[in-house]
Amino acid sequence: MKPVERLVNQEYQYGFVTNVEAETAPRGLSEDIIRFISDKKHEPSFMLEWRLRAYRQWLKMSEPAWPNVLYPKIDYKDIIYYSAPKKRSDGPKSLEEVDQEILATYEKLGIPLEEQKRLAGVAVDAVFDSVSVATTFKETLAKAGVIFCSFSEAVEKHPDLVKKYLGTVVPHTDNFYASLNSAVFSDGSFVYVPNGVRCPMELSTYFRINAADTGQFERTLIIADEGAYVSYLEGCTAPLRDKNQLHAAVVELVALEGAEIKYSTVQNWYPGDKEGKGGIYNFVTKRGKCAGASSKISWTQVETGSAITWKYPSVILQGDNSVGEFYSAALTNNYQQADTGTKMIHIGKNTRSTIISKGIAAGHGRNTYRGLVKVMPGATGARNYTQCDSLLMGSRASANTFPYIEVKNRTAQVEHEATTSKIGEDQLFYCMARGLSGEDAVSMIVNGFCKEVFGHLPMEFAVEATKLLNVSLEGSVG
Amino acid sequence: MLDIRDLHVRVGGAEILKGIDLKIGAGEVHAIMGPNGSGKSTLTQVLAGNPQYEVTRGEVLYEGKELLKMEPENRAREGVFLAFQYPVEIPGVNNAYFLKAALNEIRAHRGKPPLDAMEFLELLREKLKLVGMDEGFKNRPVNQGFSGGEKKRNEMLQLAVLEPKLAILDETDSGLDIDALKAVAQGVNAMRSPQRAMLIVTHYQRLLNYITPDRVHVLAEGRIALTGGPKLAHELEAKGYDWVRKQALAGRALAGKEKT
Repeated sequence: MKPVERLVNQEYQYGFVTNVEAETAPRGLSEDIIRFISDKKHEPSFMLEWRLRAYRQWLKMSEPAWPNVLYPKIDYKDIIYYSAPKKRSDGPKSLEEVDQEILATYEKLGIPLEEQKRLAGVAVDAVFDSVSVATTFKETLAKAGVIFCSFSEAVEKHPDLVKKYLGTVVPHTDNFYASLNSAVFSDGSFVYVPNGVRCPMELSTYFRINAADTGQFERTLIIADEGAYVSYLEGCTAPLRDKNQLHAAVVELVALEGAEIKYSTVQNWYPGDKEGKGGIYNFVTKRGKCAGASSKISWTQVETGSAITWKYPSVILQGDNSVGEFYSAALTNNYQQADTGTKMIHIGKNTRSTIISKGIAAGHGRNTYRGLVKVMPGATGARNYTQCDSLLMGSRASANTFPYIEVKNRTAQVEHEATTSKIGEDQLFYCMARGLSGEDAVSMIVNGFCKEVFGHLPMEFAVEATKLLNVSLEGSVG
Repeated sequence: MLDIRDLHVRVGGAEILKGIDLKIGAGEVHAIMGPNGSGKSTLTQVLAGNPQYEVTRGEVLYEGKELLKMEPENRAREGVFLAFQYPVEIPGVNNAYFLKAALNEIRAHRGKPPLDAMEFLELLREKLKLVGMDEGFKNRPVNQGFSGGEKKRNEMLQLAVLEPKLAILDETDSGLDIDALKAVAQGVNAMRSPQRAMLIVTHYQRLLNYITPDRVHVLAEGRIALTGGPKLAHELEAKGYDWVRKQALAGRALAGKEKT
């Protein structure tokens, strides 16, 4: 339809490049590069050894071929594994010391840190390329006993916590990309919420890939101690470049007894242009462990960016009565490809999991849901409910659903529902006959389709997700 | 207000409308009746701008402007409203949100400021009362899980909120029980005004027991076969559509003879 075609031509809004001097490692990967990274970060020896073990493991592994995505082979020797904005002497001690260009970049992204300071409720740990450049709200959090800092700082100041939990959910041997990340990760966020503390604000990180040809390998570790609660949001954008960039992150969540972690992602990495040139390869391992009884981990993701998305935020339900949730809305437009879903591994008794996945494919988009529900022999009374809905726009998009269900306990209840529908011309016409433009009609229908997922995002981010979806949908029906 | 001239329309290769001429003035209520397949719904869809219908000949003037050249959303913004025979479901989209978005588009088109949430809520409450719907409707997804009667009432609610200049009702009475029918008729009568024209398409005469039209037209085989006053509807009810077909054929034969 014509009004919808008009939408297609919207450009990626965040494709600007920031000119800051960067400190960069030579291309390629070797034990020397890993030592260089570890040295740059003044890491203790346990970190270097862990990295090297991961690297040696990675050399023996090969890239997974099973995802339902197509892309040319990645030359891992041609990637720059470390890039950091050059520091003035010892680095910024306050926001005023942060490079003005970097702050301007954040402003373009719509998250002025100055503003963030005043906006009560959201603390931002901003990761610019590989180094965390500014952390706000630290003091308020410190009063509550919450540690929220860059991963590097955590290694420096809280090595015991890092040593205790790093790799306990996603081991350095886990998979090709996770091992690579373990070897070369340069920074990320670290959160520790102590016993019985409800984190007083939403924690938020904006990741951004700036330097050309760099892979970004951030690593996030969140620990909620017994009875603690934390809600964490990550948002991502990247500048527009012709070449593909690799993003291989790892996120580990640990929830101890009675703890709850809510992790929300709004992912808007550069998706490539209308012909499918450029864009981010987003190969990410995200996993949470409900280690203690009655703990809860909830993933909510809105994926509108990246040329290719490969991620399965998962929950290991180890503690009895623990709860895992996965709410996902993934949009692929133009030539974007997504192979995403979740794994719910039921180990403890009476563990419960819910999976709601909404896939939207437009243009030549390829959208795959891949999910595993596994009930181990000891998981008596385990329950899962899965609902996978796909919405197709136009005739060239495709949607697939691959649900894997493995049940080894007779008392388990596993339900799976799946639907595929098309945005109907009659729906569009009905909206337009009420005065809405074709663009608004499409976005209204898609937003309605994703409602169950958006409902799980923190309020302010739900608004952002809606806006992002509208931008990403432009020109979606051919 | 509306002037349809020699309108010919095709759908999927078949010619459905074969030359419609119809004029409706402001303040007038016209009824269009006719047997199934006579082209009644086609006429309403074409007026609203459904792109699946192809106009092969003729023109439609709406307030002096060429309606057929306008995009569907602009027709709505200019004050044309179609109450659908089969209202479409839009899962997950809140009814009130949908209506507010539509109303504010129309207001913007007319250079009026948008209504904020509170102002809109007040208006919506008043209109819900007018069409006899309870408040629960405003928070339900558009038409999703509505019964047939609820869908039709929801169309009436939209009509009442959007206050169009030209309201077209496509078989709004079909599938309604007598109470719902009365409620719909009451809504329509309340909306009658000297500034508003209405075109009511119906298969049966029973709706016209509650709404008295100024003119009644009978469509048969893609043409208006008969036009008359309100009594024509009763005559039709008594004599059936076959009578019209015969009249139409005879008329055409007569017209043919006159030409030769």
